[in-house]
Amino acid sequence: MEENNITVRVEGLTRRFGSFTAVDNINLKIKKGEIFGFLGPNGSGKSTTIKMLCGLLLPSNGKGFVGGYDIMKESEEIKKNIGYMSQKFSLYDDLTVEENIDFFSGIYSVLNNKKKERKEWVLEMAGLKDRRDAITKTLPGGFKQRLALGCAILHEPPIIFLDEPTSGVDPISRRNFWNLIYEMSKAGITIFVTTHYMDEADYCNRLSLIYRGKVIAEGTPREMKEKYMTKDILEIETERFVEAMESLNLKGIETAIFGGLLHSTVDNADRSIPEIKKILGELNIKVMRVEKIVPSLEDVFVKLIEVS
Amino acid sequence: MRVSRIKAITKKELIQIGRDPLSLAMAFIMPVMLLLIFGYAITLDVNNIRTVVYDSDNSSLSREFVNEFKRSGYFTIVNNITDNRDIDKYLDSGMAQVAIVIPEDFSRKLKGSKNGDAMIIVDGSDSNTATIALGYISAISEIYSQKTKGIKITPLIEPRIRVWYNSELKSRNFIIPGLIAVIMAVIAALLTSLTVAREWERGTMEQLISTPVKSPELITGKLIPYFMIGFIDVLMSVFMAVFLFEVPLKGNFFLLMGLSSIFLFGGLSLGILISIVAKSQLVASQISMVATFLPAFLLSGFMYAISNMPAALQTVTYIIPARYFVSILKGIFLKGSSLKLLTFETFLLMLFGVTVFAIANRKFKKRIA
Repeated sequence: MEENNITVRVEGLTRRFGSFTAVDNINLKIKKGEIFGFLGPNGSGKSTTIKMLCGLLLPSNGKGFVGGYDIMKESEEIKKNIGYMSQKFSLYDDLTVEENIDFFSGIYSVLNNKKKERKEWVLEMAGLKDRRDAITKTLPGGFKQRLALGCAILHEPPIIFLDEPTSGVDPISRRNFWNLIYEMSKAGITIFVTTHYMDEADYCNRLSLIYRGKVIAEGTPREMKEKYMTKDILEIETERFVEAMESLNLKGIETAIFGGLLHSTVDNADRSIPEIKKILGELNIKVMRVEKIVPSLEDVFVKLIEVS
Repeated sequence: MRVSRIKAITKKELIQIGRDPLSLAMAFIMPVMLLLIFGYAITLDVNNIRTVVYDSDNSSLSREFVNEFKRSGYFTIVNNITDNRDIDKYLDSGMAQVAIVIPEDFSRKLKGSKNGDAMIIVDGSDSNTATIALGYISAISEIYSQKTKGIKITPLIEPRIRVWYNSELKSRNFIIPGLIAVIMAVIAALLTSLTVAREWERGTMEQLISTPVKSPELITGKLIPYFMIGFIDVLMSVFMAVFLFEVPLKGNFFLLMGLSSIFLFGGLSLGILISIVAKSQLVASQISMVATFLPAFLLSGFMYAISNMPAALQTVTYIIPARYFVSILKGIFLKGSSLKLLTFETFLLMLFGVTVFAIANRKFKKRIA
């Protein structure tokens, strides 16, 4: 990574609350225009980290720079260059859509000649062109989410921090939301996004996995799968899959149900495929298909978290 | 300081207040209600003193004596009793505060050259009313003596008393201006005490502190709409004082509103400061009630003269802004005081406002925890 292309750099970042260490000595480097995913289960320190990066929370130790500004001393400079969307919906729900946009437009000092254009852009992006006079409280979750994102980036900041932007949003809205994030990334905006939805991790350019305040793995989604998943995953399509799973587990082949299918974790696919067919054949269970698949990030994370 | 940010905050607050019936009620109905309730309830005038009469003489002279009390307007005869043992009953139960007891030989003595005796019993448990009643009683007796016997007592010194500023000695005239000060002290702090805490509670503050808004911008933006409300409240109160309670406004109306504005700035800033420190709407509103109402009511000189307080308490009154506002309002209403006479009060109100505003700015942190 070229050093001059780094927009967020953090070394030894630590935050303690009393005797509890919420964030423990983490290091991060994020490139300009990158979609950086910060993953971890609830309570692992994601929000604490994002708040420190946005200048909302002072770190206990460590150093960090966001957009070239020191998170210890220049938090107000940072705030001019970022957009932050908190985990909890934090627009004014007693204001209309348009009033919220106008308010943040004023707060971010959007230039007068750009105000209208930016407002229309947000309304378009959030799909709220026809509902600009609706009281925000009355909007469905997905619309609120996009409006909140729109308000946070009215001033076109080069870096955006999104804390669990898709929690509590339906799958289609989530998909739309990620499309938006891609577009912004293409425009050169750096995006730092936290999520506990493991399936969203694949959308990111690079990831860090945080668990109990510590970064336990990092890399591109592909690197993560190759580096941390040394075993093979087999997908099995079969009749009587519950019975099949039980018998495979009895024979020492680690197997779990995935929808109507089975996933087995094995050391070597080529050796295990005939073995599985044999075991199930002896029980008169018909096997339609057994094949090696690329592990999902969820497989990787479950394994990593089990290890630590 | 960017005007665009202050404007955005002010506009947002105004919209929010306008959409919240509770905020509106607190802003406009509460001060009117308080002024009505306290304005009518608090009176230091002693009228309608309940009086029972035991007249065993029952002559034209004795009846004339009792009539003199009735005519004064201060005494209301609740009953004429014929058994002197009932006097105790009337006074004990509070049915009467004063008993007039006229002996059988009242008119006989008066017609002769002797002095007539009449016993007046006063319930002294309410010492304030009793003292005032005693004054009335001796005055009435003196008038009666002059009328019936033409006796004119020539005292060695005859004071010619002239009461200035509130010549009718109506207590309402000095209570109402003071009351406006007390009510505005409470309302001002209460109005703003919710505004910052509410944003922390609703989570909107987290978004706000991630933006480049500066704390003086935020505080100023939040002060302006409540200043407008407070100004309207003072206007309403002054109109009520003049047209409803008929308190004469001797001084300059514009001076009154100008100095009220300075007071409002301090009171509203205090509310913001409380809101910033408390971070919870419930705690903030309770603190502002206690921090403003009690000192304003007891230590501002509104009810109790500061000069009668122990020295230590007198010192405390200097940090209570309502003290200066009470002086200002009483001065302008009753004496028609000019700004020159109120320089000290005005200066200290400004000092209070600027200090509290500065502390509020320092205390507001654009950080969580």
